[in-house]
Amino acid sequence: MTGTEATGPQPGGAIPAAAPPAAGNGAAADGDVLVQVHDLVKYFPVRGAGLISRTVGQVQAVDGVSLTLRRGQTLGLVGETGCGKSTLARCIAGLIPVTSGQVIFDGHDITRLSRRAMRPFRREIQMIFQDPYGSLNPRRRVGSIIGDPFAVHNIASGADRKKAVQEMMERVGLNPEHYNRFPAEFSGGQRQRIGLARALALRPKLIIADEPVSALDVSIQAQILNLLADLQHDFGLTYLFIAHDLEVVRHVSNQVTVMYLGRVAEQGPKDPVYDTPRHPYTAALLSAAPAADPDAAAARQRIILTGDVPSPINPPSGCRFHPRCPKTQDLCSQQDPPLETKPGDPPDHKTACHYPVQPHENLTTSNKSSSGGGAA
Amino acid sequence: MSLTQIEFQAESAGELPAQVIEGRSPWLLAWRRLRQDRVAVASAVIILLLMVLALCAPLIAAWVGHPPDTPYVNAGLTSQGLPVAPSSKFLFGTDFLGRDLFVRVIYGARISLLVGLVSTAIGTAAGVVVGMTAGYLGGWIDTLLARFIDSVLALPYVMFAIALAVVFGPSLVVTIGVISFFSWAAIARVVRGQTLSIKEKEYIEAARSIGASSARIMFIDVLPNLLAPVLVLATLFIPTAIVFESTLSFLGVGIQPPTASWGNLLSQAETFYQTSWWYLVFPCAFLLITTLAFNLLGDGVRDAMDPRTERLFASQRKRGRRRSRHAKPMPPAAEVR
Repeated sequence: MTGTEATGPQPGGAIPAAAPPAAGNGAAADGDVLVQVHDLVKYFPVRGAGLISRTVGQVQAVDGVSLTLRRGQTLGLVGETGCGKSTLARCIAGLIPVTSGQVIFDGHDITRLSRRAMRPFRREIQMIFQDPYGSLNPRRRVGSIIGDPFAVHNIASGADRKKAVQEMMERVGLNPEHYNRFPAEFSGGQRQRIGLARALALRPKLIIADEPVSALDVSIQAQILNLLADLQHDFGLTYLFIAHDLEVVRHVSNQVTVMYLGRVAEQGPKDPVYDTPRHPYTAALLSAAPAADPDAAAARQRIILTGDVPSPINPPSGCRFHPRCPKTQDLCSQQDPPLETKPGDPPDHKTACHYPVQPHENLTTSNKSSSGGGAA
Repeated sequence: MSLTQIEFQAESAGELPAQVIEGRSPWLLAWRRLRQDRVAVASAVIILLLMVLALCAPLIAAWVGHPPDTPYVNAGLTSQGLPVAPSSKFLFGTDFLGRDLFVRVIYGARISLLVGLVSTAIGTAAGVVVGMTAGYLGGWIDTLLARFIDSVLALPYVMFAIALAVVFGPSLVVTIGVISFFSWAAIARVVRGQTLSIKEKEYIEAARSIGASSARIMFIDVLPNLLAPVLVLATLFIPTAIVFESTLSFLGVGIQPPTASWGNLLSQAETFYQTSWWYLVFPCAFLLITTLAFNLLGDGVRDAMDPRTERLFASQRKRGRRRSRHAKPMPPAAEVR
């Protein structure tokens, strides 16, 4: 049950980007760090049917995840559907209570704050949602939607609020004259801009973007990503950027965290993770992503993962990836690999694997028979 | 090509002169769709006419010259003491005491519409409050309220209504109370279901991440999205309430004579149906027309509110209208969206 990540040997850092160990109680001392997530766990109880229900199991959506977000940077969070990315995001945003662990925002532990105590932090942490249709109330005018943060926090009212909202609309590339329109009168990309304007209205420090472009056309995706980059530069924003599109994450991120079934498989600066992935799962994900260059695509060997993602109610023992891993050995099913820096990697590149991928290793040939389709 | 032109005209017609860009609200769009629905418009006109008649009942009585409770023993009854047939003096004939049936039917409309509208209003308000609270707050509050809703819906309501009327004594207030009590639960159940689905929408999560309170989210984000289905449901509940009132009055536990209601008129007419057809036919016809009009209006409101059903039917109507207007049939390809 205890997260093993923090127990690994911490390489003392000559490199300033190395994450502080965050030993349990502390507000992160490093002024460069905006958010420190320490050993976060979120289980959802599974209740039996019936009038008097009892808990029959737990979905281990997030199981001991540690992250560090630095000011003005973007952390990309990648993983398959159902690996706990969105749950982690909602825990950090304080939208759902955490089971255990800590979220330290700007030196304050915000993990278990009351609604009232959380209010000032709501202004600092905002979310952008995946679905540009579901994230805007269809019965409210755009001006009212973007002005909602002002209304909730009693900031500007009347003409001031309208002016602030229209400035915000202009900033995200909307026509301020469309103040009185309804969401249904906008396209998907425009709606995402509305969501962005709403999130930015209170000038937050952290934006959690939960798959902000995956529902959009590719050309619109590029527009929104560029807008996000501009806004990050102008407002000094920190992003937690969740996506399943690896290329999008590579484009926007400074740091990358790869999640599998509620755990961190690999995390580190973008380039080492993308260029020399050490976790077989990361390698498989990267090999599955389509490449723009057809020659490169032909030359590349795809690692085919067998089976499905196991159920988070009853995750596999040891390394959670072992039933699908091409490199699995006996140890993998017995012992949970710690998240640690592997020999030859930069100190903040960490991998949770007993048998990390070596550079230029061919995983497609060493295909040990994976233990038949995973647990159901 | 002509299709796009027409659509362009339709789009721009309403907007060109406006300086400020005004959004088209879902209500405005629904209202526009409703106005194009001829059946619904006709039903609304009939309902309005009935309401005017009901409001002007004393004026009509004065104009005809027959107060509702005055028995015309000589002119209004035959030599055998039976009701007289419709004539220029008594438009709908008379009842068993020789009173003017026309005036009494109009007075009955007052009761029916009053009971229908008031009890639906009370039932809807209670249903929305209970359903929204249960659905949004969830947890043990939801369990408690949902079971209560189920219990109310499980009651044999006619029996129960009769029992209540017997205990409290039949009156207008008791009738409205009984009908309200048996209509809120059905509305609450629908509202609860709708709330549960709205609650999962991302815009609710967005409101929570801004820091909005539960009360604010319920009134600003949930309630406006509930109003459309509730309005449809309420429109369809009015005729049910009217029929319920008539049933209670017919059984003698609703509105008591000498106050006229369609239900107690029918109950009195029962004895005379072999000799005096008008006694049964006119109250019955009014009841039928009223409930039918409300039901058709409710269907129209539902079509106007729900864009999916709108697409299905209104596009056919629009296509038909375009064809007749331009006398040139569309090529089939143009009909495919």
